[in-house]
Amino acid sequence: MARAVSARRSLLTGILAWTIGLVIFFPILWIVVLSFKSEGDAIAAPLAMLRAPWTFEAYAEVQERSDYFKHFWNSVVISVGSTLIGLLIAIPAAWAMAFVPGRRTKDLLMWMLSTKMMPAAGVLVPMYLIFRDFGLLDTLAGLVGVLTLINLPIIVWMLYTYFKEIPGEILEACRMDGADLKREILYILAPMAVPGIASTLLLNVILAWNEAFWTLRLTASDAAPLTAFIASYSSPEGLFYAKLSAASVMAIAPILILGWFSQKQLVRGLTFGAVK
Amino acid sequence: MATQHSRAAARLMISPAVGVLLIWMIVPLAMTLWFSFQQYNLLYPDRTGFAGWDNYRYFVTDFRFGAAIRNTLVLVLGVLAITTIGGILLALLLDQPFRGQGIVRLLVLAPFFVMPTVSALVWKNMFMNPVNGFFGHIAQAFGAQAGFDFLGQAPLMSVIIMVAWQWLPFATLILLTALQSLDREQIEAAEMDGAGAWSRFVYIVLPHMTRAITVVILIQTIFLLSVYAEILVTTNGGPGTASLNLPFLVYLASIVDNDVGMGAAGGVIAIILANIVAFFLMRAIGKNLET
Repeated sequence: MARAVSARRSLLTGILAWTIGLVIFFPILWIVVLSFKSEGDAIAAPLAMLRAPWTFEAYAEVQERSDYFKHFWNSVVISVGSTLIGLLIAIPAAWAMAFVPGRRTKDLLMWMLSTKMMPAAGVLVPMYLIFRDFGLLDTLAGLVGVLTLINLPIIVWMLYTYFKEIPGEILEACRMDGADLKREILYILAPMAVPGIASTLLLNVILAWNEAFWTLRLTASDAAPLTAFIASYSSPEGLFYAKLSAASVMAIAPILILGWFSQKQLVRGLTFGAVK
Repeated sequence: MATQHSRAAARLMISPAVGVLLIWMIVPLAMTLWFSFQQYNLLYPDRTGFAGWDNYRYFVTDFRFGAAIRNTLVLVLGVLAITTIGGILLALLLDQPFRGQGIVRLLVLAPFFVMPTVSALVWKNMFMNPVNGFFGHIAQAFGAQAGFDFLGQAPLMSVIIMVAWQWLPFATLILLTALQSLDREQIEAAEMDGAGAWSRFVYIVLPHMTRAITVVILIQTIFLLSVYAEILVTTNGGPGTASLNLPFLVYLASIVDNDVGMGAAGGVIAIILANIVAFFLMRAIGKNLET
């Protein structure tokens, strides 16, 4: 009896949850469909549009405009570059704070986090002028630099929460057994730290890929990543729904897949370890 | 002795991170403050010198300022209300056992990974466009001439919908994570003692989630105070000042109007606003460090 009730309940829950899930996902599903239609069909009423023939036209057209791959590549360089440089700076720092905590470590962590609270609009003016005067406007180097600084606090924090979970006693045991520092790091610590570093990398690439204030304000064309490329569709000429859909699908697909893989780590990274 | 040595090494390892962040924090901030007290308009390069509080006075008395503050508040509070309440309900739902739980979780999570410019343009064109958009087509199917002109008639509401769509997954994911760490036995014990679903929620589940809810609200507020791309590619702050927020006004003043001094003054105001929120967020996160 009880089982029958709970089975029915779980069926109802399932129907409700699937409905809500599909409604939330619907806009993404819709642009995937639109991206495989011709421009004329893409603005037709939904039923007519669905019945229209499928085509790769829009993808071909977006790729033909050779600039798509330039922007895609810029996005890759900016997100991966800023993440790698950030890791290079953050790994030693997080390491030291996790294994050699001092009286000030907590204050230091909180201070780093506080730099993340500065609204971009607040420092837009000086950043714009600095970039202009140093010839960094519309350069990849400039954007990589800014995004490294923006996400550095998150990288340090995430690594710190991961490193803290590595038991310190292991280090002591190694030292007792006579391992030198090089071996200690290479054979004991590195393997234990790799998963944490990998998830930090993943989350940070996602955040940098989607950053849409500095990438829009500090680039024009040469260094413009996909966020800016897509923004250029805000004042298009002629019919563009299929092209915009195809460009959008290509812009979000890689990150959507990465994001799905990293959903567990996401919570820790985005809440600075406050929710695990 | 060994600790003395390792402390020095630790300091050395931390210093690059502290160094770059220190520069990143101090240099632009000092420049913003400096410019906010200077006459500095790119259109009038000969007018320079100390401006006193003039820039602040111009910014605060600008006809767009009142609208910008009001819209910023409505935007932040509107999105917070939708995502927090929606997030709690969705988290409770997704926490129940049902077929395909993992897939539904992925579907709900997806909008968070969509870059802001894509999300805004897709909503603007494919959904909210009164003639060719999805909602427009539905309205036409029911005999209307054209659908509701979202961005023309309710621009701020439209931006709220777009932004809420992106942040609902965030709230849901974090609240769901918090929910799953809840001790099931506690719930069962309460059930046996005759507590109904509502009192179980109010007295056990909600208190358990309080911290996560606080963190969701504070983190979102930090990000929502600086919503920019969504407005840039959809309404450009308009019609008039209907969807203008504080970051967008700073952008308009400093980049579009070329008034660096006034833009800097607006920036300082934005920083002060964000810091009030940040103060509470830091306290909530700092508590967690103790344990």
